[in-house]
Amino acid sequence: MKHPEKNVIFGLYDDEEILKSAVIKANEDHLQIMDVYSPFAVHGLDPLLDLKESRLHIGGFVYGLIGTLTAFLGMTWIHTRDWPQIYGGKPYWAILSFVPITFELTVLFASIGMVVTFYVINGQGPGVMNPILHPSITDDKFCIAFETGGMENNEVDRLRNFFNNTGASLVETKTI
Amino acid sequence: MGSGPTSPIREPLVQGHKTYHQITEDLCSPTERAPSRAWTMAFIVALSALTFGVICILITIWVGIGTWRLNRTIGWGWDITNFVWWIGIGHAGTLISAILLLFRQKWRTGVNRAAEAMTIFAVICAALFPMIHVGRIWVTFFFFPYPNTRGPVWPNFNSPLLWDLFAISTYFTVSLLFWYTGLVPDFATVRDRAKGLRKKLYNVLSFGWTGAAKHWQRHEALSLVLAGIATPLVLSVHTIVSFDFATSVIPGWHTTIFPPYFVAGAIFSGFAMVLTLMIITRKVLNLQEYITIGHIESMNKIILVTGTIVGVAYLTELFIAWYSGYVYEQFAFFNRALGPYWWAYFGMMTCNVLSPQIFWSKKIRRNVTMTFLMSIFVNIGMWFERFVIIATTLARDYLPSSWSFYVPSIVEVGIFIGTLGIFFTFYLIFVRIAPVVAIAEIKHILKSSGDQYVKSNATTTYQQVESGNMEFEISGHDAHASHDQH
Repeated sequence: MKHPEKNVIFGLYDDEEILKSAVIKANEDHLQIMDVYSPFAVHGLDPLLDLKESRLHIGGFVYGLIGTLTAFLGMTWIHTRDWPQIYGGKPYWAILSFVPITFELTVLFASIGMVVTFYVINGQGPGVMNPILHPSITDDKFCIAFETGGMENNEVDRLRNFFNNTGASLVETKTI
Repeated sequence: MGSGPTSPIREPLVQGHKTYHQITEDLCSPTERAPSRAWTMAFIVALSALTFGVICILITIWVGIGTWRLNRTIGWGWDITNFVWWIGIGHAGTLISAILLLFRQKWRTGVNRAAEAMTIFAVICAALFPMIHVGRIWVTFFFFPYPNTRGPVWPNFNSPLLWDLFAISTYFTVSLLFWYTGLVPDFATVRDRAKGLRKKLYNVLSFGWTGAAKHWQRHEALSLVLAGIATPLVLSVHTIVSFDFATSVIPGWHTTIFPPYFVAGAIFSGFAMVLTLMIITRKVLNLQEYITIGHIESMNKIILVTGTIVGVAYLTELFIAWYSGYVYEQFAFFNRALGPYWWAYFGMMTCNVLSPQIFWSKKIRRNVTMTFLMSIFVNIGMWFERFVIIATTLARDYLPSSWSFYVPSIVEVGIFIGTLGIFFTFYLIFVRIAPVVAIAEIKHILKSSGDQYVKSNATTTYQQVESGNMEFEISGHDAHASHDQH
């Protein structure tokens, strides 16, 4: 995927607790955080960054429902309209027999749908190259990044000071 | 103040006073080193078994199922026994990753990755058997319903065998998605340490993962929902496998106890296989600090519980056969225990019910050698269970004139050995490519379960970590390679 170029200043922190207090400080200073990166899911970070709860599970429900309907209506149509056959003297529309496959397809549709949605909205997929700010982010560092495009030098210095005051162990600028 | 609640009672799940960076080192390095001699030897053995299996499968397909010793009385023998055995083994992975996630069992993080991989490989082995058993493998796509030019002729949706097809393909797909989604952040970790061609390879595998906060949030939401729907799925799969038998009218198969009994047996055998593999893996890859004795003990507790459930099911079957007053049912069970295959029944009872009872002792639960031996016992016992249910029940038909006996041919044995080969070949490739323990998840539980944070051996307070880590960073991240402990 093509991204427009961005100038970024980022700081690395050594611990998620320092990261969280830095995010709180950034909010107090009204600094506009571009993104926060971490090697694992840091709990308690979402409300600080004002991230709304993911709606992925709603998508999962809808995909599941499509699966349920596909399976149940499909089997109903096949066994009552397209090719009715008697099996073991049971009615054509043997609802109980449809339960296992209906369940399986519900799960199948929900999982495939959710996983595909997850990668699409994340902008991820096989072979996608997203810019990596620093290789330690997937190791042991917690990163806050600000966009500096169109900023005055003194504003960038203010961000630099912010990083130094909040205990960042490394501050760098990068064009991604 | 730490970042998560720490229990004063539970034992630590990560030992060795690990830092985040040390975790990355320990868990990534097995994929970065040249393969050891032990690995190469194991790989050659596994690949040879695989090759032997492939030859036997080709013979079966070329010549036909006549190369097996199935007969008109015993229509299901080693093939379906092995199918159910492998499917059962596959159940532990999803149980660990899904059900234990819902129950917030943190010890799952040490073993979930390998167990899920095991699930996928086991399901591949399992699916092979029905496919070759139908005889004409080139028309197995007829199983799937699609608008076709043959009538249209649809499969029979009322048949448990078709339900099974849907259950297993869904199970395989969902397990694969779940496993891979968990792997993506860890592949990113490996990618960011790699150079050259390796980096390119892991770039593709890691899907461009960056670790952004929103992505992590979605990742957690996805994992939780997938766990939520995989939980009934894993229960449904073996339930439906048991329907293959329970909905028939064969005495000995036609029992309502089968679904829970099969599910318990599946979890039982699955955990046994996880233990077999993990005890070897932790030793060879030096992961004793991530897969601790505590992990082994937890799994042994599950083995004890499910083994005992299975034992109760065996006894219930016997009781109900007697209590039903139905002579054919009574004969089926009399024959099962004391008929020509009495030794299989005896093997099943010993390995599955009696021997796991030693796990009532905490000392034995925490003994690695005993656990390893027991896990092999359980694997054998659960194979016997399926053989007892399938072949020995069929051996004594309604008419004594059609009673029969069944011994597998070399081709049937070869296919079974071949699936073991497939399973171990895939597993050995997996440990070379992917981190065997979920890196991101271990880091996530470090503050609540690392040994420096819990119990009386908590030597590090939070403040010390805070300041300690600050110093660590400066020399830390240029010195990636030098941190390797091994």
